[in-house]
Amino acid sequence: MAFASIYVPDFSIQAVVRTEPTLRQCAIALIEGCPPLERVVAINAAAARAGLDLGMTKAQAAQFPSIEIRQRSPLEEQSTHAALLDLGWSVSPRVEDTAADSIVVDLTGLASLFGSEKAIAHLLAQRALDFGLVVRVAVSSNLEVALHAARGFPGITVIPPGEESGRLGVLPIHVFSPPVEMMETLERWGVRTCGALAKLPLLELSERLGQQGVQLHQWARGTSVRSMILAEPKLCFEEEMALEYAVEELEPLAFLLGRLLDQLCARLSARSLSACALHLRFELDNSSANEASPAQIPNEHLDGKPNKNEVYEKLFTLPVPMRDSKMLLRLLRLHLQSDPPGAPIVRTYLGAESAAPRVRQEGLFLPSSPDPEKLELTIARLANLVGNSQVGSPRLIDSHRPDAFEMSRFIALHNAPEVRQKSLSAPEDHEPVAAFRVFRPAPRAMVTLREERPVHISFPNMHGDVVAASGPWRTSGEWWREDAWHREEWDVEIHRPAASNTNVFENSPSAEPQNGVYRIYFDHLRQAWFVAGMYD
Amino acid sequence: MAVNVAVLRSQVETALAGRIPAPFARRSVQVETAPFNIAEIDALAGGLPQGALTEISGPFSSGRATLLLSALASRTAHAHVCALVDGRDTFNPYSAEAAGVKLERLLWVRCRNIDECLRATDLLLQGGGFGLIALDLSILPPKTVRYVPLNVWFRFRRAVENTPTILLLLDQESNAGSCASLVLRLGFEPFRWSAPQTQHAPSSPNSYARLLDGSQFHVELVRSRLKAAAGGHKIQSFARVDEANAVANFRTKTKWSDFRETFIEPK
Repeated sequence: MAFASIYVPDFSIQAVVRTEPTLRQCAIALIEGCPPLERVVAINAAAARAGLDLGMTKAQAAQFPSIEIRQRSPLEEQSTHAALLDLGWSVSPRVEDTAADSIVVDLTGLASLFGSEKAIAHLLAQRALDFGLVVRVAVSSNLEVALHAARGFPGITVIPPGEESGRLGVLPIHVFSPPVEMMETLERWGVRTCGALAKLPLLELSERLGQQGVQLHQWARGTSVRSMILAEPKLCFEEEMALEYAVEELEPLAFLLGRLLDQLCARLSARSLSACALHLRFELDNSSANEASPAQIPNEHLDGKPNKNEVYEKLFTLPVPMRDSKMLLRLLRLHLQSDPPGAPIVRTYLGAESAAPRVRQEGLFLPSSPDPEKLELTIARLANLVGNSQVGSPRLIDSHRPDAFEMSRFIALHNAPEVRQKSLSAPEDHEPVAAFRVFRPAPRAMVTLREERPVHISFPNMHGDVVAASGPWRTSGEWWREDAWHREEWDVEIHRPAASNTNVFENSPSAEPQNGVYRIYFDHLRQAWFVAGMYD
Repeated sequence: MAVNVAVLRSQVETALAGRIPAPFARRSVQVETAPFNIAEIDALAGGLPQGALTEISGPFSSGRATLLLSALASRTAHAHVCALVDGRDTFNPYSAEAAGVKLERLLWVRCRNIDECLRATDLLLQGGGFGLIALDLSILPPKTVRYVPLNVWFRFRRAVENTPTILLLLDQESNAGSCASLVLRLGFEPFRWSAPQTQHAPSSPNSYARLLDGSQFHVELVRSRLKAAAGGHKIQSFARVDEANAVANFRTKTKWSDFRETFIEPK
């Protein structure tokens, strides 16, 4: 049995650096508190070398050149902790959620999958880098030893069984995070390392320091034994970021979304999953709008209650599971271009619904079809061009209403063809059905009747004599609705004189006379004639 | 000058001998075609060439939409994914379903102007993988379509080359010029109307008892780069063969004509 402990040093700082990778090489100080009482709560090694210390005020920290000062972000820390758990679950379902910056993974039975313990430790460190985290990994047969070794030793540490006490001996006592009073007592005794603590007699130690001292002693000797407290594996992929300054334009917003998507996709990839839907939520800064138009401030804001920001929410359902962050970012950009948030953004949230990745083998005899991910991008671009409701696949509605259909989302199917491509020509007796075009909206027409039959028609930019007609075909329905219909339809063949020959919709005289067969109807509800469409 | 050209040609051939067998010979490209599923048109044109631009032009009510739906039905029946860029939102899904189009395999882009049409077609061609992309500009004024620069059709032709996609252009006048590998011109013919045959309802031009039965359309093959292969094989070759003045007629029927024969005029 072996355990691997993963520890994230400078957790708060790494949580910030994870969403802002350019800060990785910089000296960073995190501040917390209400202005102007903000204090430095975390610094990295570079900042400590520069002379910065915890507890300094923001103004003092700002005196140091080349120090990047950021606000501590509990949201980003939560996301980083979730990523750390995903890192553990990427290799084993048995993971202990020890602390915000530490987890323990049970490596039992993983040798056949990932190799030796050292190989697994390297794999975990590499995956952590993909998540934007620099971690320490320690492997030991004792869970507590692994935990403390990860906190004490940099990089990857593998402690063979039986060497626990010896390897931990060099570590300072503060890796156990003892209470301050106990730490001072041990300091007075001259006990500074785990090795020195392990050499103390247990009975006398317990008389002076109590059970806490006994526990420290067991940790120092590497003999403490306890069971793992397993965390329940979750399929929750969420990334959230609070922004110091409101983002107003799409370009910087896309930059931020790109980072969140990179993190989400790395986490999904580590769990061998893909996203089947993306949930996007922006908290909008409506203060600028309120300043601009004080008359529009809602009443509740005047009651002394805090000004609650508006929320922009979108759910993007993907036709196939994806985890390509660049492709997802393009889709989000296109959707945001067509439907932008109405105010600057102060907080972003991005969640992914996970699904098993798409596994499909092309059929040998199936025709090629658009790549689903590329097709989704093409459809998003088309929707951006002509509008969301104008792109899709038509679906007929079970109704007698003329031209009743709805647009549904287009998904490329990969079914076998209904007919085999054997012969080029159709059967001799095959007559195609005459196609009918629908004019949307139907143009209004002026119809001259003789003996209740149309003999002459004129509608925008065109008129002609009726040479043949069939009708009236009466149809009505859904009288209980506002958009009920009640019409008399006629199929008419119109011969147009050459002088008046023009396009139905726009003036466009052409050289030769044109005739046509149209369907016209008299709308009893509107008491007017309309042209429904044309046979073509 | 002619002698100089002949000498130059001979020198080039000699220089390239062994590396390129016939540098000045016209390439014969094997082209796969798809049927319209209308026997007369398939016999006349040899089908729709894949990886090429096909143009169908004609006036109103000349059968352009019928040909379009027939081609869509043929491609979707073979499990191809098709796209229709509708220039004036006149596509009728009911008519398409009656023609046999599998609507779930059709991506319909409803445009408002020619600029949207051309950009949508560009996006679809770049997306790739479609069996047929139809650009229906037949309701747009000819003057508008005439102003489309020739390089747009050239770009479309290049985009579709070496792909299994058929690019079908429908308009009132032929505009794509030499970019189209197959050009069909349709003409209006009077439609067929069933006249009443009973003694009590004598035949008249505007009779209530009349029904629209269908039509017969006139098709002219204006240009084809498909060299007709013997036996009507599916695979044909591109060559600069202009089969001008080849014509054909095909008949269409209305959705109710079958029912009329069954229930109204039983044989």
